[in-house]
Amino acid sequence: MKLDYHALAADLAAVGYIAEASLAMALALAIGLERPLLLEGEAGVGKTDVARALAEVLKTRLIRLQCYEGLDANATLYEWNYQRQLLAIRAHERDHLSADALEHHIFSEAYLLRRPLLEAISQPTPPVLLIDEIDRADEEFEAFLMEILSDFQVTIPELGTIAAQSIPRVILTSNGTRALSDALRRRCLYSYLDFPDEAKELAILRARLPGIGERLAQQIVRFVQLLRREALEKKPGIAETLDWAAALMGLDLQSLDRDPAALQASLICLLKTEADLKSLPREVTERLVGKVA
Amino acid sequence: MTGPAAALRGFVAHLRLNGFTVGPGESQAALAFIAAAEPLDVATARLGLKTMLSGDRGQWERFDALFDAYWFRRGVRTAARATPRGDSGRPAIWSKLLPPDAESAPQASTGGARDDKSAAQGPLVASRRETLARSDLRRLTSAADIEEAERVAERLARAMRYRLSRRRLPAHAGDALDLRRTIRRNLAKGGEPFDLLKKRRPEHPVNLVLLLDVSGSMRVYSRYLLAFARGLIGRWVKADAFCFHTRLIHISDALRERDPLRAMDRLSLMVEGFGGGTRIAGALQSFNARYAREMLNSRSVVILMSDGYDTDPPEELSLELQRLKRRARRLVWLNPLLGWRDYAPVARAMAAAMPYIDCFAAANTLESLGALEAELARL
Repeated sequence: MKLDYHALAADLAAVGYIAEASLAMALALAIGLERPLLLEGEAGVGKTDVARALAEVLKTRLIRLQCYEGLDANATLYEWNYQRQLLAIRAHERDHLSADALEHHIFSEAYLLRRPLLEAISQPTPPVLLIDEIDRADEEFEAFLMEILSDFQVTIPELGTIAAQSIPRVILTSNGTRALSDALRRRCLYSYLDFPDEAKELAILRARLPGIGERLAQQIVRFVQLLRREALEKKPGIAETLDWAAALMGLDLQSLDRDPAALQASLICLLKTEADLKSLPREVTERLVGKVA
Repeated sequence: MTGPAAALRGFVAHLRLNGFTVGPGESQAALAFIAAAEPLDVATARLGLKTMLSGDRGQWERFDALFDAYWFRRGVRTAARATPRGDSGRPAIWSKLLPPDAESAPQASTGGARDDKSAAQGPLVASRRETLARSDLRRLTSAADIEEAERVAERLARAMRYRLSRRRLPAHAGDALDLRRTIRRNLAKGGEPFDLLKKRRPEHPVNLVLLLDVSGSMRVYSRYLLAFARGLIGRWVKADAFCFHTRLIHISDALRERDPLRAMDRLSLMVEGFGGGTRIAGALQSFNARYAREMLNSRSVVILMSDGYDTDPPEELSLELQRLKRRARRLVWLNPLLGWRDYAPVARAMAAAMPYIDCFAAANTLESLGALEAELARL
């Protein structure tokens, strides 16, 4: 097993994702060992984006399964196209087909709707399968998912067992709204993504918004880094930093201390709750700007 | 076993002692990784093993320190983390639960002086079973009382489980059509949907979060409350417990330990500084920041056991309780002092907290703990 995680980090950077060494290692291991990777971290640190970047590096498809409460096997594996089946039954009434023939007909692949998990294992080349926000799904679904992730085959009673054509590279993300089961954790490799440090965030900003002025970029990153140390209910993530930077570029601000009123108004890009906005009145903003300018 | 394999096995054992769940599969994969990785430098080994062997955020954050401690004999070797079976700083409150030989084991670093001083305190009143239920817990010390407290806790848990089973409704009153089952059922009728089958989402269980004050002022009660918590945790799947004095400590795993001696041993090591001052607001703040999102939802009941003597300003406490209430369904505050005659919640912190409390109850006798059963069962 040759693990060149430095090369992987460089490849990811080439497609616009600046990964830390620990994340690059985790991805390299997940690919090398063919094990799912569980990513945890605050909202907005780029967990979902990892999958996109990885798919781009590996030049393969990204298949995404967004989890939510009440998600079940039907919505994730396959579903029969019931409406079409009913229509087919009606349409064939005149043909006097035997019951067996009819059944065989309506339970064929043409009437099968493939959902993300089945889709992911029936690809000729291994795709990247992103199972996003697994903590939002129910615990029963977690157990079901584990079965799929260990066997990589799906049994459909009417069709038989469909084995995986290739093992997808699985990335699971969790925001920690629910504790995940130990069994799932043990099945996966684990990596925790923290907010980026100043240098990394600056690199991300430059990679994503190539037109940004160097001075403004530095000020933005320092401001956000300071802001994360304040007692906020929802700390701004990288996505918020990028939004804010784009907004400031749109406002044509060259520097943060240029237009205090516009700056204060633009904070809605960073702070997403009323309490957080209130906790950052103009004086506080000015103090922070004074520190970074 | 050869050099690297033996060393790695030692490292895995070291991690297990520190609460990591590492199975043989993981250790084998780790060994394969070490054997095959090239070039193998410390950074590669550290990152690789960290990814493969840690399972959650807490372990992820502790890994580096443990790695350094094992391979380089440096870094933070705190008694609680690096030598979990050691004896340093065992609070006197556990001493009566432990056999004398464990107590006389050599004391490492911090704990000795404090232990000797406080071992002399604490009432040792022999208790009779018949008066047990009604006596104030601070007067009881024998092992039988702890068993009794656990029994009360078990009854409480059972009452709550019963409530849940009663609320489950049959699926034919479901709110959505189950097309898949409807079609299959009606195949025999030419595909005409005669029987409509429905589905409904099952009820989700209540989840409990216990926050236990183990500061000096609560000393005489905390062992019973811990035993009570142990009963709830052990028998209730969806429950978590924390201790706090000046810091907040997650103790669910230690409470789930089957062997009571080991449980107490682990707890005592975790609860360093046991019996010191109280920072209720501070503890709640760290709970809200770190755990609340993961553990609380609209089905959560938070049970806070404290006497309300807080060294943090009361405004902070009411702010944190407000945050807590936004995520949880109900807040129950158990205050042992409430059972005392003439007690009024005048402690400033207690007064600040009152608006957020849904149920304020005493917890100074086993009878009063038992009386909670009715209170919680109708949540």
